[in-house]
This record gives sequence, structure tokens and C-alpha cells, in this order.
Amino acid sequence: MQAYVTLTRREMGSFFYSWIGYIVIAGAMFLMGLEFVTLLDKLQGEPTSMPLTEIFLSFCYWVIVLFSTPIITMRLFALEKYSGTFETLMTTPVSDWQVVLAKFTAAMIFYMLMWLPFLACVLVLRYFAKGSNLLDPGTLGSTYAGIFLIGSLYMSAGCFASSLTRSQIVAAMISFAIGLAFFLAGFMADPMPLEQSWAGQALNCINVMNQMKDFASGVVDTRAVVFCLTTTLLFLFLACRVIASRRWK
Amino acid sequence: MMIEVSNLTKNYAGNTAVEDVSFKVERGEIVGLLGPNGAGKSTTMRILACFIPATSGTVTVAGLDVCTQADEVRRRIGYMPENNPLHPEMRVREYLKFRARLKGLSHHRSRERVDAVLSQCGLESVSKRIIGHLSKGYRQRVGLADALVHEPELIILDEPTIGLDPSQIRSVRQLIKDLGKRHTVLISSHILPEVELTCNRVLIMREGRILAADTPENLQKAVGKNGHLIAEIAAPLEELKTCWEQMPELAHYTIAATEGPYHRCALTLSGSHDLRPKIFALVVERGWKMRELVRVRHSLEEVYIRLTRPESEEELH
Repeated sequence: MQAYVTLTRREMGSFFYSWIGYIVIAGAMFLMGLEFVTLLDKLQGEPTSMPLTEIFLSFCYWVIVLFSTPIITMRLFALEKYSGTFETLMTTPVSDWQVVLAKFTAAMIFYMLMWLPFLACVLVLRYFAKGSNLLDPGTLGSTYAGIFLIGSLYMSAGCFASSLTRSQIVAAMISFAIGLAFFLAGFMADPMPLEQSWAGQALNCINVMNQMKDFASGVVDTRAVVFCLTTTLLFLFLACRVIASRRWK
Repeated sequence: MMIEVSNLTKNYAGNTAVEDVSFKVERGEIVGLLGPNGAGKSTTMRILACFIPATSGTVTVAGLDVCTQADEVRRRIGYMPENNPLHPEMRVREYLKFRARLKGLSHHRSRERVDAVLSQCGLESVSKRIIGHLSKGYRQRVGLADALVHEPELIILDEPTIGLDPSQIRSVRQLIKDLGKRHTVLISSHILPEVELTCNRVLIMREGRILAADTPENLQKAVGKNGHLIAEIAAPLEELKTCWEQMPELAHYTIAATEGPYHRCALTLSGSHDLRPKIFALVVERGWKMRELVRVRHSLEEVYIRLTRPESEEELH
């Protein structure tokens, strides 16, 4: 436990030692700000029946997730392997699981911090839209649950990608490819008739885009929750195996 | 017994890095692992530090198996890998504190130990500096401090003085010598004087095998059966030559000119007896002048070169 906490703290720190952490947060804030301005413009023009969070998290959400994941996770293992600190790390009394979980936790904390400005945007809206009940706390909660669950899926995929290689660029490309595949599954699932083909059903299960749409509109679908959690575990397990694989060579 | 390695073999994807190596290290010894690049030193050390497992053979540290009781072994070992990897963005004290906590020390204890190793390694003045901004010598000391911070019984240092300037090498060497008073130390090196000066015992490796294991003195004796003498004598060259030729104990001689009337003679003896009194008597008898007469000690370097020279090269000589 002590090793896990120590490692998580160091990993958290290393996001802020370098410029990367600040640049990612600044980029995410910029995109959220843009979306916020567009949203305000829209709200002034015409009435809408969609929950605000759903409109808010359509375009900018996916740009942020797809591009921030590789940047946040690429250095987790790849940098340590490249600089050799992986050897000093793995010769201390820590287990593979502790290392993988600590790195994943740090990436998750950073990722959730990155989404704080979104909360601020919503609160600003709430303040100025006094009286209207278009910002319901339940929807906000389910939106954050969606951000967290889909984030954990993407972060664990990034962890796995980073554990595969010594090069941060390669790690970033692999994690971007995995993330993009999950994202595009939604587009592939759409034209297929749902109930008839197994491929359509399978694609629909991994359709993270629809899942996020559900979360943002206040629907917590257990299928999506189970899918995100199990896939996260799968990727973390794979990362653990990759770390352990040095013993099999 | 601190380390017991028996029949250790390590294969990497078809290549054999270490082959059937056995050795023992007693508590409190400073042992040097010596060999050319690619001899299997680092691999042996990585196995000892539980980073990679052996293909076959058993390795125990303080009676614990490195494979099955890895966590316990890691607690007892301070390991500094080759090239001394550090986190360049962290500050010295912060890094050592992080490593101490990672190795399971309590808050209070880790603070104590970090202070202790900072002063032991002479790092107090740079404790707040960022590691990436330090000179190589200081970084090496940070690596050493990290290896020491949890008070391990066994310290394993892979090439601790690589890339340092002579004065830094001297200070690191002194540090290692001091460590030997309280810990067991295993260092690897391909730099001879380092091993010769710091270690009680030397293991010479080549191509994954141990070729010799003994104290530096014994190794020197084993190779230096035939003595060598250097004498600088002022005498007529021809007379000197006939003198050497008539001396039955001499196997071989060469004469080189030096400044002034002196000739520098390198003499190889056929036995191990001491010829110096006889040469001195000869010089006095002939009324020559002599300004130097020394016996050349075989350095460990010759032992090393002789043992680690690849076979093909040996045939050429």
C-alpha cells in the first residue's frame, strides 16, 4: 500500500514537473471554452429539449479524449524503460500490480482534474439560468460517471500501449489507434441493423460514442458500466503481463 | 554466506549470456566482477538483483532464493544499474525520500536515512538541486545514496565509476571502500586499477564464464612466475651486452638508450629468484654507475589481459 501511494504521488508529480501536464490542461480548457461559447450562442437562438450536458459533450469531448489520452499515458512506462529507471523501480520491493495500478491511478487523477473546468462551465450556466431546471444534478452526476468510466477505459488502454515499447512516440500512436478504434466502432455500428447481425450487436456493445451520449443525457446503462470496467481491467491485466514478460525471455 | 551462485546459466533468445557460473561471496567482502564488455557481468548482477530470472541454476542472497523470495531479497539489496538511471526532473532529497518510501521505510525512518546518506555521500550542499542539473559525479553519488538508503546488507554496483573524471573516480572509490566496512559490496568494472585498489577478491569473467577468482595478489603471483627487472646503468654498451649474455639466470634482455650515458635494460628472468644483489655487485665490481634497479610487479592488468584475450588473438601472439 505504501509503495502504491508513493508511486502514485510521484507519477502525479511528474505530470506537473514537465510542461506536458500544463499544455494538455490548457488545450482541454481551450476546447471546452470554445464549446461553451458555441453552446451559449445556440441557447440564445432557439429552445432545445436536449440536456445541456449532452450538447456540451458531443464534439469537444471526443477531441479531448482521443488526443489527450496518448499524451497523458505515453510516458508512463515508455519513458521509464527508455531512461533505465524501470530497472531501479523493479528492483525495489514492489509488485507488478502495484506499479501498473499506481501509474493508472495517477493518469486517472490527472484526467479527472482536466475535466474540472467543465464543472465550472456548468456552474456558470446554472448561475445565470436561475430558476430553470435544465441543469439537473442527477444528469451532471451521470455525465461525470461517464467521463470517469470511458476515461478509465482510455487510460488503461494507454497504460497498456506504453508498457509495450520504449519509445513514447510509438506508445502514443498505439494508444491513439486503440482509442480511435473504439470511437469508430460507433460509426460502424450505426448502419447495421441492430437485432439481426451478431456483428451489429457486438459493435453496439463497444459503441463508446453512444454510451457517452447516454451518460450525458442522464441514462446510466449497466451494460456500458460493465463494459468500461471490464475492459479497463483487461487492459490493466495485459499491461501487468507485459511488465512480467521480461521474466519469460 | 552473503551470495551463493551455483551453476547459473542465462540464455537470451538463443544467446548464452552467462554459462554455468558458480561463486560465493562472504559477508563483509568487497568483490569485483571484472571482464570485457559483454562478458555477462551486468546479466549476473541483474539476476542477483531479481530483475530478471535465471534460465537455470540457483542464486541465493543471504540464504534467500532470488526467484521465490524476490521481495525479501530486494529489501536486502541496494542495486545501482549501469549508467545509473535517475529521474532528472526531481530534486536530490525528494528523489531519495521517494526511493526510501518505495523501499518500505516509514516516514520518520526515511527522513533519518535520507539525512544520513546525504552526508555519507557528500550531497548535503546539493540536496535541493534538481538532479538533471547536477554534474555526472554528483549524479553518481545520488545513485549510490539511493542504493544505500534502506541500509541493505548487500550492495551491487554495476560500473559505478564509468564516465567520471579521475578525481571523481577517486572519491567514489573511497566511498566504496568505506562501504565495505559495514556492507557486502559487489562491483563490476572493466577498469582495473579500480578493482585492484578497492576489492578483496576479484572474479574475472569472459564470454559468460568465470575464468579466475582470487585475491588480486594471488592472481598476480599466478601470472608473474618469471620476474622482470629494470636497471639503468651507465656502462659501455658492448660490455653490458656480454655481461647479460653470460648471466645464466637471464632468459631475455633488451637495452634501450636513455638520456646521458645511461642504458635502460629490461631483463626477464628464467626463474623466480631475486637477481638484484647480483646485479648490484656486478656494477660495483666493474666500477659502473647505476641510477635505477627495480623489480616490475605484474599488475592485475596483465592477469586480466592474459585471461580475457580471445583465443583467436592468443594464437596470433
